[in-house]
Amino acid sequence: MKNFLRILPIIILIIGFSTKLNSAEKVEYLKTNWSFKGPFGKFDRGALQRGYQVYTEVCASCHSMKYLSYRNLAEKGGPEFSEAQAKAIAASFEVKDGPNADGEMFTRPGKLSDKFVMPYDNVKAAQAANGGAYPPDMSVLVKARGGGVDYIYSLLQGYEDPPSGVTLDDGVYYNKYMYGNKIKMPNQLSDGLVEYADGTKATVEQMSKDVTTFLMWSAEPHLESRHQMGFKAIVYLIILTILVYFSMKRIWSRIETEV
Amino acid sequence: MSENKIKRRDFLFTATYAVGAVGVGATVWPMIDQMNPDASVKALASTEVDVSSVSPGKTITVLWRGKPVFIRRRTQEEIQEAKAVKMEELKHPEKDEDRAKNPEWLVMLGVCTHLGCVPLDQKGDYNGWFCPCHGSHYDISGRIRKGPAPTNMEIPEYNFVNSNTIKIG
Amino acid sequence: MSEHEYIPKSKFGKWFNDRLPLLTLANHLTDYPTPKNLNYWWTFGGILTFCLITQIVTGLVLAMHYIAHADMAFDSVEHIMRDVNYGWLIRYIHANGASMFFLAVYIHIFRSLFYGSYKAPREIIWIIGIIIYLLMMAAAFLGYVLPWGQMSFWGATVITNLFSAIPLVGEGIVTWLWGGYSVDNPTLTRFFTLHYLIPFLILGLVVLHIWALHVPGNNNPVGIDIQKPSKDTVPFHPYIVIKDGFALLMFMIVFAFFVFYTPNILGHADNYIEANPLVTPAHIVPEWYLLPFYAILRSVPDKLLGVVAMLSAILILAALPWLDTSKIRSAVFRPLYRQFYWILVADVLILGYVGAMPAEGLYLLIARVATAYYFIHFLVILPILGFKEKTIPVPLSITDPVLGGSPNLALAKKNKFEN
Repeated sequence: MKNFLRILPIIILIIGFSTKLNSAEKVEYLKTNWSFKGPFGKFDRGALQRGYQVYTEVCASCHSMKYLSYRNLAEKGGPEFSEAQAKAIAASFEVKDGPNADGEMFTRPGKLSDKFVMPYDNVKAAQAANGGAYPPDMSVLVKARGGGVDYIYSLLQGYEDPPSGVTLDDGVYYNKYMYGNKIKMPNQLSDGLVEYADGTKATVEQMSKDVTTFLMWSAEPHLESRHQMGFKAIVYLIILTILVYFSMKRIWSRIETEV
Repeated sequence: MSENKIKRRDFLFTATYAVGAVGVGATVWPMIDQMNPDASVKALASTEVDVSSVSPGKTITVLWRGKPVFIRRRTQEEIQEAKAVKMEELKHPEKDEDRAKNPEWLVMLGVCTHLGCVPLDQKGDYNGWFCPCHGSHYDISGRIRKGPAPTNMEIPEYNFVNSNTIKIG
Repeated sequence: MSEHEYIPKSKFGKWFNDRLPLLTLANHLTDYPTPKNLNYWWTFGGILTFCLITQIVTGLVLAMHYIAHADMAFDSVEHIMRDVNYGWLIRYIHANGASMFFLAVYIHIFRSLFYGSYKAPREIIWIIGIIIYLLMMAAAFLGYVLPWGQMSFWGATVITNLFSAIPLVGEGIVTWLWGGYSVDNPTLTRFFTLHYLIPFLILGLVVLHIWALHVPGNNNPVGIDIQKPSKDTVPFHPYIVIKDGFALLMFMIVFAFFVFYTPNILGHADNYIEANPLVTPAHIVPEWYLLPFYAILRSVPDKLLGVVAMLSAILILAALPWLDTSKIRSAVFRPLYRQFYWILVADVLILGYVGAMPAEGLYLLIARVATAYYFIHFLVILPILGFKEKTIPVPLSITDPVLGGSPNLALAKKNKFEN
C-alpha cells in the first residue's frame, strides 16, 4: 500500500493533466437544473408534456422519433398523458397501413400501438428536403451526443451572428455550441412560438429546457424505474455486505487469524 | 461456548442466508420475466376488423395475437340449428346465445382445443368445423361434438364498434 | 489436494460416487486447503467467476431478443431497451459487466505480478490465464460490434484492418473476415456467432485454470511453499467462501452504481448513432480496457510493426515465468522489484491515458517512451533483477515468524528439521 502512495502523484498528475487539456478544448455549456439528475432524479411531468408539444409543433416537421410509440406517452415514468389523451394524440396522425384485402396501402388514424409518424419516408428523402443534411432521428439523440442534455439545451440557445472573419455558406448557420460552430439547422425557437396548454410562458429558455427533458425521456424511458431500483439494490447490497462481514468475522474467529 | 452465544451465531447466519436468498430471488425474476410478452406485443393485443364485405354463410379468418380468429356470418338456418341443440347432447354445455352476442356473427378463436391445430371450415359431421389433426368435430356454434378435444372453441373478448367493425381484444 | 480418501456417508451417495465421483470432487473443493494469509487481492478469482457467469446469463437473455442483421441490430437493441421486460437492466448489466470483468481481470493479473504467482510451479496456470485474457479481449471486441452503432462499425473496420498488415495474404484475410468488401451484414452475423461461442471457451479454460491451480495450491502473500493441509491452511469452505463472498458484495456495490446511475459513462456516445459506412466519427477510440494496447499500436510508425508490437505486448506475458529469473516469488521480499513493479503499473496507466488521446505531438512522444519502457521492463529489467537484487530473508512458514524459508518445499522441510 505504501508503494501505492508513491504512484499516487503520477495518477493525480495524469488526471490533472487530462482535465486541464479537456477544458481547454471544451466549451462551457449553459447550466440549468435538471430534475432527473442524481440518484433520486425524476422527470418533471409538466416539462415532458410541454416538451412533447414543442417537439410536435416545432421539431417534428423535420426530425423523426422512430423508436417512440404513442402508447409511450401514457406510460408510467413518461409524460403520463391520460390514456384518452394519448389516444386522441395518436388519432390526430394519419398512419400508413396495409396492404388491405385489395392489396393497396391506405391511411387510417393512428392507434396507441403505432410508432411516431415520421416526417420523411426515408433518409434520402429527408436529405433531399433539407439541403443534403439529414435531420437526425431524435429518439436517442441525447445519448448520442457527448455533452448530453446540456449540449442539446445549449445548442438550441446558441445561435449567434458569426464573428467577423467567419463566412457562412448558404443554408449554414453559426452556433457557438455546435462542433465546428457551423450548423445546417436554422434557429427554430423564438419567444412565444408555442402556446403552452398549462399557461407556462414559452420563452426560448423554457422551450429548450422542456424539449430537452422530453428528449432525455425518449432516450432513457426507464430512467425513473432505474433510479428507484438502483436505490433499493444498493441499500440491499449494503445490508447484505454488513451481515456477511459479521458472519465472516464470526467464522474466522474459530481460528486465531486476522481476516 | 455458552448457549446464548450459539443462539446469536445461529441468528446471524440465518439472517445472512435469508437476506441472501431474497437477493437471489430478486435477481432471478427479471431473467424470467424478460420472456413474457413485451410492451410492444401487449400493445398489439387488440385489432379492429371491417366485416362489411362478409356475406351470410361466409367465414373470414383474421390474425389476432398471432392466432387465427374465425368470423362467420351465419345464415338463419344455421342460427336455428345452433339454438336447437339440447344441452345434454354436449360434451361442454354452452348455450349458443352465450357464445354469439349477436346471433348473426360468430367470433371465435380458430384453434382446436385439443392440441392447437386450425380446424377446417364447413367440414365434419356437424356442419361446422373439423380438425384434421386428430379428428375433432365442432358444430356451427364451435362446440365440440365428437373427437378428442375437451372443450368448445374459445370465444375471445370482442365487441362491435359499429355495425361494420368488430374490435377483438 | 486433500490427503484423505473421501467416503460418502449415505449408501446411495457411496453407490453414486463409485460410478461418478462428483461427491469426491465437491469434497475436494470444499476441503481444499488454502493458505490462511490470503489477502483481499486474492478474492478476484471468485469475483471473475461471478463476472463470467453474469455475462453468460445476461448474454443468453439478450440473445433471445437481439437480431443479428445489419438492418435490424440497432433497432433490436432499442427494442430491448424500451419494450422487453427489464431489458434495459439486463443490457446495462451486460454492457457494464464487460468493463467490470476487465477491471477485475487487471487487478487479478497485477496481483499475480506483485506476488510472483506466475513462477514455478504455476506456469501453466499463468499461461492459461493469458489465453483467457486474450479470449476476453476477443469477446469484448466482438460484442462491441453487435449494437451496430457508429463505434461498433468503425471499431470493427479498424481492428479487422489490422490483419491487412500481414504481408502478401493480409488483404485476403481481411476480405475473408468480412465476408465482403467492407464490414457488413455477413461480418455482423459471424461476429455474433463467435461472440456467443467464446464465453463457453473461456468457461472451459477457467475449469482448466482452477484445475491447474489445485495441483500446487494457491500462492500466498509471503510467496513460500507451504504444507497442505497444515496450520498454515484453512479449508476453502467456509473460510475462503465467506471472504470471497464479502469481497464480491463490495464489488457488486460498485457494479450496481455503474448499472443504475451512470450506465453509459464507460461507453461512447457515438455508439448511439446507427452505423453509417459513409461517415467516420471524429475521434475513434476503443473501450477503456483496450487503451494501453491501442497506445502501443499507434506509437509505432510502421503498420506491420505496430501490430507486431501490440501483439507482443500481450504475448510477452506468456514468457514471463522464464523472463523473471528471481527465485523469490513475493515482491514483499524484493525491495527493488517492488519499485519497478509500481513503475510498471504507472507505465500501463500512462499508456491507457495516451491511448485515449489523439496520436500527435506530446502524446505520441509519451506513448513511445511508455511503450519502450513496457518492453524494457519485461525483457531487460526482470532478467537482470533476478541476479542483482538483494532480497529480504523469507520466513519459513506463514504462522511461524521464523526466517530462512525458501520457495523450495523440500529445502524448507529440511531446514525445519535441522532447526
